[in-house]
Amino acid sequence: MSKKLLSCGAALIVMVTGSAVLMTQSGCSPSEASTMPVGGITPQQFADGVHAVMMADRTVYAKHVVTNLKKQNAPVKADEYWQDTENAIPLPAQAFRMGAELVDENPEAGFTYSLRSQWPLNEQHKAKSDFEKEALEFISANPGENFYGEEELGDEKYFVAVYPDRAVAEACWSCHNDHPNRGDDYPEFAKDDVMGGVLVRVPMQ
Amino acid sequence: MLKKVSQAWKFCASSPSMPKWLLWGAVNLVIAGYMTYGLVAPASSMKSAWLPGETTHGHYQIELDCNACHDPASASDGADASDVMQDACIRCHGQQLKDSNDTHPAKKFNDPTNAARLAILDAQDCLTCHREHVPEQTLTMGLTVPQDYCWHCHQEVAESRPSHAGMAYDSCATAGCHNYHDNRAIYEKYLDNHFGEPDFLELASVMPREPHAYWRGQKDAAPLDLTGADGPQEAMADRKLMADWEETAHAAAGVNCSGCHGPSNDISEWTNTVALSTCQQCHESEAETFLQGKHGMRLAAGMSPMTPQQARLPMHVGAHHRELTCSACHDGHRFDTKYAAAEACLKCHADDHSMAYVDSSHAQLWLNELDGSGEVGSGVSCATCHMPRVDVDGVVHVQHDQSSNLRPNEKMAREVCTQCHGLEYSLSSLADSSAKQHCYSQAPEERTESVQMAHDWFVEQEAKRARRQSKRTKSDSSVSNQAGDGSE
Repeated sequence: MSKKLLSCGAALIVMVTGSAVLMTQSGCSPSEASTMPVGGITPQQFADGVHAVMMADRTVYAKHVVTNLKKQNAPVKADEYWQDTENAIPLPAQAFRMGAELVDENPEAGFTYSLRSQWPLNEQHKAKSDFEKEALEFISANPGENFYGEEELGDEKYFVAVYPDRAVAEACWSCHNDHPNRGDDYPEFAKDDVMGGVLVRVPMQ
Repeated sequence: MLKKVSQAWKFCASSPSMPKWLLWGAVNLVIAGYMTYGLVAPASSMKSAWLPGETTHGHYQIELDCNACHDPASASDGADASDVMQDACIRCHGQQLKDSNDTHPAKKFNDPTNAARLAILDAQDCLTCHREHVPEQTLTMGLTVPQDYCWHCHQEVAESRPSHAGMAYDSCATAGCHNYHDNRAIYEKYLDNHFGEPDFLELASVMPREPHAYWRGQKDAAPLDLTGADGPQEAMADRKLMADWEETAHAAAGVNCSGCHGPSNDISEWTNTVALSTCQQCHESEAETFLQGKHGMRLAAGMSPMTPQQARLPMHVGAHHRELTCSACHDGHRFDTKYAAAEACLKCHADDHSMAYVDSSHAQLWLNELDGSGEVGSGVSCATCHMPRVDVDGVVHVQHDQSSNLRPNEKMAREVCTQCHGLEYSLSSLADSSAKQHCYSQAPEERTESVQMAHDWFVEQEAKRARRQSKRTKSDSSVSNQAGDGSE
């Protein structure tokens, strides 16, 4: 029980911290934000803010939910086929993607985000453009740095921020390292390794 | 100017051809009037002249209600003239797609990197693949693009699924292996979970119904008998009618005569006919799903009820006039669900599949259940397959959209067939067109390979995982040994 409370408390702290980061970046109080335009925020600040929130949630899920269940040998575990499997919850990458799809459905969101990797276990997560390939190579070769740029897709121009997606929990690297979808060139991941990238795309009107 | 017109009129009036011209003008006026009225008239045959082409089997019942698909005024908020038809698709099919865990929802393509793909095949617009009024282009499931459409996005499928190398792209969705929208019965994990099942399962039985579990507002009503009936004298004098009511579910659930025949339990406004909306007050999910299917879709569109005469499937001539409302199958006051489950269907349906049912092994099981020689739930009526019992949030409902598990028919495997048969047998039977003709009385001629393929793939995946773990264990112990050697 105390472990569950601890997990919930940690989740709450990280989510509140993430939201606070976003508010700080935009430079206004919630009441001001809802009533008056704020001209100072750049696409990069916006992307950095939403990324902070999404990574906080992702870390909490991978570290305090999935890994915790695994450590306790709990009957509930993360499974790729969670929808048709008893006592199963989504894998962290699936949970992340489900969140991205919900944002996709929301016309008010004003941005999209997605997961990409140079070594995708799910082929839908591989780089889909030369820009994305370049970004993934950059964040892999320059640990700790983000990649920012502009990309034109269709007739739309986007500001794109690509952040390193690190191995934050034991569940991440242990599952990836033993996964049968690994290619021959697949690296052996360890804690804090860059396993891929999180892309935030903001349309530039 | 007026003078010239006057002169012209005088010239025409004196012409011997004047009566012909007048007749010509009148005929044209009548035709123009008829056509114009057809545009604004309510759904009726008046509109048939404006149909640009034959509609699909899914929509022909409401084809004369042009506004069902083309009227911006009836569109949801946010839909404009440019997407009014897409909006109409979603209004009727949106929830079904969500319930089926749609494999290719429009939101999946919102990622801007799909822009180039969408320029080739706009997967966010229903009309890209499902156009109406083009019978010469229309394939199964109302598809109006070439069947190899999967190729546009899945050209590299063999890289991750070597077993698929060399397979034709027009076979993906036509060989019983994949569907574009609903893959619940044929996706890899489900297939593997059912690998190795026998053709006939040892426990072959459908879910029991829960007739009283979800009647809204009737859960606590006290049962009624003849002494409590509140119908008019002439109805109360009909002994059979009253016995049918007293001995069956409505009296048991406390539903009095006025509950159905008088609005607000007031028999002063007595009506002999009972509207669907009245039944719907208690049988909400049944009415809702009935309106989604081919029996009720005309009513859902505000049109007159469907009749067998309007059907494209062969129907018994004697049934042509019957109207498809609740009482068409749940007749009289006995509301016999056993009658409704098979006999009622065969009063109208006269196609090969329906006619073959009577002599099928499924029908024999149904007769056994009816006469008590078979266990409850072991019989297979028409409704067993076409109006299956479905578990919705822990409550068993009878699905009254009889087309629901036929779009496409693999859906029936998960919902129905696998309650009695192995999945491979079920999918093979559903893929066998001749099996449909004889109402699945014989084993399928060919077996689909998808269950075996999925199982092989999972076995291979597990072997790879085991090899990987073994390699790592050896590597770890080698490192450990080296460290141990170094410390000595």
